[in-house]
Parts: sequence; C-alpha cells; structure tokens
Amino acid sequence: MEIKREDILHLADLSNFSLSDAEVKSLGGDLQSIIKYISQLDELDTENVEPTYQVFEMENVWRADEILPQDASREELLALTVEAKDNQIKVPKVL
Amino acid sequence: MKIANRKVTAERLVRDALDKAKHFADYNIFTFLNEEGALKKAREIDAKIAAGEKVGRLAGVPYALKDNFMSPEGDTTASAHILEGCASPITATAVEKLEAEGAIMIGRTNLDAFAHGSSTENSYFGPTLNAYDQSRVAGGSSGGSAVAVALDIVEFATGTDTGGSIRQPASFNGVYGLKPTYGCISRYGVVAMASSTDCIGFFTKTPGDMDLLMSVANGKDSKDLTTLDNYYHDSKLKKAKRIGVIKEFDNDSVDKNIKKALKKKCELLKSKGYEIVELEMPALKYALAAYYIIVPAEVASNLSRYDGVRYGFRSKKSEDLDALYSETRSEGFMPENKRRIMIGNFVLSSGFYDAYFLKAAKARTLIVEEYAKAFEKCDFILTPVAPNPAFKLGEKTNDPVAMYLEDAMSVPLNLAGVPGLTIPAGKNADGLPIGLQLIGPRRSDKSLIEFSKELTE
Repeated sequence: MEIKREDILHLADLSNFSLSDAEVKSLGGDLQSIIKYISQLDELDTENVEPTYQVFEMENVWRADEILPQDASREELLALTVEAKDNQIKVPKVL
Repeated sequence: MKIANRKVTAERLVRDALDKAKHFADYNIFTFLNEEGALKKAREIDAKIAAGEKVGRLAGVPYALKDNFMSPEGDTTASAHILEGCASPITATAVEKLEAEGAIMIGRTNLDAFAHGSSTENSYFGPTLNAYDQSRVAGGSSGGSAVAVALDIVEFATGTDTGGSIRQPASFNGVYGLKPTYGCISRYGVVAMASSTDCIGFFTKTPGDMDLLMSVANGKDSKDLTTLDNYYHDSKLKKAKRIGVIKEFDNDSVDKNIKKALKKKCELLKSKGYEIVELEMPALKYALAAYYIIVPAEVASNLSRYDGVRYGFRSKKSEDLDALYSETRSEGFMPENKRRIMIGNFVLSSGFYDAYFLKAAKARTLIVEEYAKAFEKCDFILTPVAPNPAFKLGEKTNDPVAMYLEDAMSVPLNLAGVPGLTIPAGKNADGLPIGLQLIGPRRSDKSLIEFSKELTE
C-alpha cells in the first residue's frame, strides 16, 4: 500500500509526535519501505492458524491482594520530575 | 574469571578495570564510569576477606552494566535523550542478584537508544566502535557491553536481547553471548522494549563463566510475574547426539566465511561422533517480517509512558500539556525510536490490525511449531548469528530495512522463546570475528552452555 503525507501525519498524531516537514518526508520514505517489507507476510498461508501473543508457559499468575512496601518512596519519585510542588508533579496548563 | 582473594584484592581488580576503561575511551563504550562507587564496594569486600568472612561467588569481579538496567549508580538513560538525567531510585533484580554475590559494576554501557537497533549507531551518545576494527560497528543493541568484554576491560557484561541484541554484538566482537529461555531471568527494573520477547542475558569469555552467571541470576521473582520457576540449577544435562542445521539459512545472503565456519564446526562435531541433521523450516523466512510487526506494536505501547512529566528530559517548548507531551517526545526520541513507534501504531490501528498484527501473531504460531518439530529431529541447532561480520560505520544507517535484515537469523528465537548462545568461531581474512549460534529447546540453557564446550577445538 502507498503511504501518503496525511497517513504520516495521522501516525505522528497517534504517536504524540510533532514532526518537522523534513521529518515527515524522511520518515514517510522509511515507513513506506518498512511496510513494503512486512507486507510479504501476505504470502504466508495462515488459514486455521490460531495467533500466539506470548510464549510464557503459564497464564493467570495470581498474587495476594495486599499492599506491599514499594522500592521507591514518594519523595524519591518526585525528585525525578522537572518541577514538583506541594507533593505533586507540576505541569503546564491543560486547557 | 578472576575472583578477589587474599592475594588479589578486589580493589586491584576494580582499579585495573577502570584503568582499561579509560585507556579504551575512544571506543565510546561507557555512558558512565562508576569510579567512586566501585572502589568503595571493592574496599568493603577486601575488608571482609581480610576478616575471614564469607564472600560471594562473584566477589570483587568487575562487570559492565548495559545502560537500560536501573540502579542508583549513575543515570539510567537507555542511551536516549528522553531519559537523560534519570537517576533511578530502584535497582533491577538482576543487578541485585549479581551484587549480592559481590560483583562490582564499573560502568554503564552504550546501546542503541531503547535497544532499537543492530549497530549501537542509534545511541544519543554516538556509536561504540568494534573491538577489532575501529572503522566498523560494535553490533547492537548491546554494543558497549560486547566491546567491554572483548577488550578485556571487564570479566562479564549484562545485555538485553529482544531480537538478537546480545547474540549479534557477541558475534561481531568474538565473545560468548547468551539469550536465555524467555522468562528465565527477572526483567524487573530493566527498561522495557517488547514485553513478549525481551530477555536478559550476559556476555562472557568462557562457557564456564556463563554457567556461573546464569546460576546466580535465574529464578522466580515476585516483582516480575513472567519469571519461570528456578529450573536452571536442577536441569539435567542433556546427552546430545544429533545437531540440526537449517537448510533455508544456507543461502546467498550469508557471507561465505560464515558458511565456511559453520561447515567446519559441523565437521568437528561429526569427528566427535555427532550426527548432523538437515532441517527444513520454511516459516522462518517470515520471522523477520512478523518480528517487525509484533515488536514495534509492543514498542509503541511500552514507550507511550515517556512524556516528560514524571522523569527524564522535558522540552522547553511546552506552553500547554499537549505540547509538553509531543515536543518532549519529538526532541527526546531518536529517528529509529520514532520509526518503530509509528510502525507499531500503524499495525495496531483500525483497518490494518487484521492484515498486519493478527497475521504476524499467526505467523508466530507457525514459527513456534517449527522449532517444536525441529527439536523432535535433533537436540540442538547450529546456525549463523547474522548474515555478515561487523559492517562499516554508516553503511546501513540510511536504510532501515537493510539494518533490519541483520536480524533475520536471530529474531526467530525470540518469537519462539527458545534460548540461543553465540559462540566465537574464528576470524575472516580481515581479522574480524565470526560467531555462530547454538539453539536449544526452552529450558535447555544449562545443557546448551555445557554443549558449547564441544565446539572448541
């Protein structure tokens, strides 16, 4: 399939990127060639084949529903952000 | 490996490693050198030894940590701008286990940002150079770790392998590199790339060292519910008789010296009484396409958390919250990170999900089944790791698909969850190392390591 400029802009939006015009162009070319490559899966007959999403040998690993001590304190985590105030992370205006 | 004792102090071992790290600075191996922290730990171990106290199995052994493992020593950057300045308050389980046995981290190693790549050229901090030829790539994504071991700076290094990120750089630098069975080692505290294929493993100079590290690091972890029970210690060593080679990998894309090395190892095995079995695995041809659908889909999801709010870099151009997210992500990710996130969102988006993601998940089933059938006919499989030895810096940076083709023979293992061990297999005429990959069924890691000793002449 052909990837158009508006497809790239849509994917950038889904990915939360604001791309420059040069990036839209270069990523557009790259994505086109990657999609061409992965499209060769069309040749493979997968009729009546169930999908595999994970190769872990178990499912539904349960644990007790209790609050355990955490490895990092609130103070340590807040220290990682650019700006904290009143025990909260500060961000620019939302609206 | 050299372990500290009364004659050789941990401080001596650590100082030597740090000196060598500085001597080889132009290879761009480390994103952080842990001088103060490492020496402090070394002196603590020496004091214990002097007092006659018990020390661990890795007492005073200097090691290098791939910079996507979290620990409070140095920032955990994953070689990405967006994580710059991120000093983790938590410690990865694998790091905790190694250090509980006395291993000492002397530095964090360079990688392709977020482990996206096969050359370490996608690092925000620039490429790491190959241990045997500075005009060539280290391989990737764990390039820094592979070169740190190859140049004998450290005894071992950690790595992560989502599609070949341990095995390919190991082969490019002539060292052992293991991707264990999926779920063998806890991933708690390691920067996630693709959750259904990510594995933690090691680079070493000998199979014996690999066995020791595996026995230290494996096992169930309540902080990572995808860890298997502690099967490693109790694994019965498999008496191998038949070794498989894959017919489809004997093609023109594989360098003739690598084919020759494979043939030579097969002759060696035959002379030792093993039977060589030719396997047909036609679905493997589609493994790379399936991988570059499944993995970007998981990448897009795992990397959605990097938004400049809670940790790491935040863009200055953030007049409102939406702009903060998008400007931080645009400035903070490398081009390859962006390609993978966008491809992931493409294959998951409505209208394309069935044709790409679902189709790839079905292809994955066929690949898993092909390995199961193969291991009915043989005990282990021996293949090339990559189609070529280390390539020139810049050779593939403008062609993402050419870079992806590097992974054609390493990704099928990750899709199936089976272990693979890179073994050194000589050098080509230019003096570049050649590696081969030994593959076993799930949970055969210990036997695989033991069997690799049969391949040394």
